[in-house]
Amino acid sequence: MTEAPDRYWRAAEPKAAYEVIIVGAGGHGLATAYYLAKNHGITDVCVVEKGWLGGGNMARNTTIIRSNYLQDESAAIYEHSLKLWEGLEEALGFDMQFSQRGVLHLIHDLGTRRSSARTVNANRLNGIDAELLDAQQVKDVCPIINISPDVRHPVIGGTLQRRGGTARHDKVAWGFATAADRLGVDIVEHAEVTGFTRDASGGVTGVATSRGTIRAKTVALVAAGHSSVLASMAGLRLPIQSHPLQALVSALYQPVLPCVVMSNAVHVYVSQADKGELVMGAGIDAYNSYAQRGSFHVIEHQMAAAVELFPMFAHAQLLRTWGGIVDVSPDASPIIGPTGIPGLFINCGWGTGGFKATPASGWVFAETIARKEASELAKPYALARFSSGALIDEHGAAAVAH
Amino acid sequence: MLLLPCPWCGPREETEFQYGGQAHLAYPPDPGALTDAEWADFLFMRENPKGEWAERWMHSAGCRRWFNVVRSTVDHVISASYPMGSPPLEGSA
Repeated sequence: MTEAPDRYWRAAEPKAAYEVIIVGAGGHGLATAYYLAKNHGITDVCVVEKGWLGGGNMARNTTIIRSNYLQDESAAIYEHSLKLWEGLEEALGFDMQFSQRGVLHLIHDLGTRRSSARTVNANRLNGIDAELLDAQQVKDVCPIINISPDVRHPVIGGTLQRRGGTARHDKVAWGFATAADRLGVDIVEHAEVTGFTRDASGGVTGVATSRGTIRAKTVALVAAGHSSVLASMAGLRLPIQSHPLQALVSALYQPVLPCVVMSNAVHVYVSQADKGELVMGAGIDAYNSYAQRGSFHVIEHQMAAAVELFPMFAHAQLLRTWGGIVDVSPDASPIIGPTGIPGLFINCGWGTGGFKATPASGWVFAETIARKEASELAKPYALARFSSGALIDEHGAAAVAH
Repeated sequence: MLLLPCPWCGPREETEFQYGGQAHLAYPPDPGALTDAEWADFLFMRENPKGEWAERWMHSAGCRRWFNVVRSTVDHVISASYPMGSPPLEGSA
């Protein structure tokens, strides 16, 4: 084994001014910085982070990667992301434990079977791998699933994306940070943005932080659950509500679960980490919150579903639960692009499913910042869609966290 | 789990309730007169403060009545609950 270096990235002191400031050193912010430098040659970039790098939702998600979304706009951006994932470890020179172990969605009723068949067909038309399975095929893919008809929500089939899977979340953040740092990007942790500096015409010219004021030609907000807080400092209204999203891990067990299993109907999704923990996610808590914790009845609800699907999980011990704060938009799709305020760009609204999009989110946002207008893949995700009515409804794909 | 003070039934567990989001949103008196942006504002834009705000809950497994609650989104502490139709409390978003 090679020894890990003391630091992967420099602890940069903020300079007085940059070409681009990115607010938020989560996966999406770091990916944006990396692709600004790598794809567009913009290396005079500072990523400011109020806490520590990758310590928000990047440290709290369930690491599921897939691209089998129904709508064309979603399929385009999520499939671009999956293709980037497939070459990411090589591109960054960083092991991220990316594993294409397959993502299995369970079907429990005839209505869902019909909508799933439609999604599989839509996926195939968009060049995305997708298979529709019956109950026995589900059992063949994942032998520990209970497919007995004698349960509250019997499994009658599933859809499978074999190219889907998981990656090690911390290493994704560290990989992007290391690669961005190597290209000259400054990463400044423990610098909380407290306001924006503006010019006479109202354009944003920099950020006030707990480590001093930093000027920039462009400020890009990538703050997930705290997007509304930052936007309100700039006088910008967003159609975003912040909710807790909880997840948990069990103690370590022998490998029993060969793929990711999701069930929108009974609100559970589960995979097994390489070390052996079962990693499970729940639905969001109903109420607005910034507290990074939710109500325990949500966990209980999720456990009841998990134990019915996987009877052997009844013996598993709960090790740890936690919550992140997700930025939920009205159509369960992200908001990417200019804000209408000169010099200010935003990338938010990924809600419960942002991890899988990390590379593509950074890719299209970097292109948007470099071009000063939305990139092709980002165009449908403009803030203006809430006035035009051109929503990208992904509640079907995202009825629970995704 | 939140313990929500229903103005009619007293404190009850959160699982008895349904959430209604931001309180005190009035339906526009003349929706046809609004621009697309104003309509979008009514439909989609909501306050999302980090701190106290007024929100709606419905006691769906109890008296089935809607009411308003002032709650902090930072620590979940509830400082007031009051019936629908009451004016917004001073200081709540």
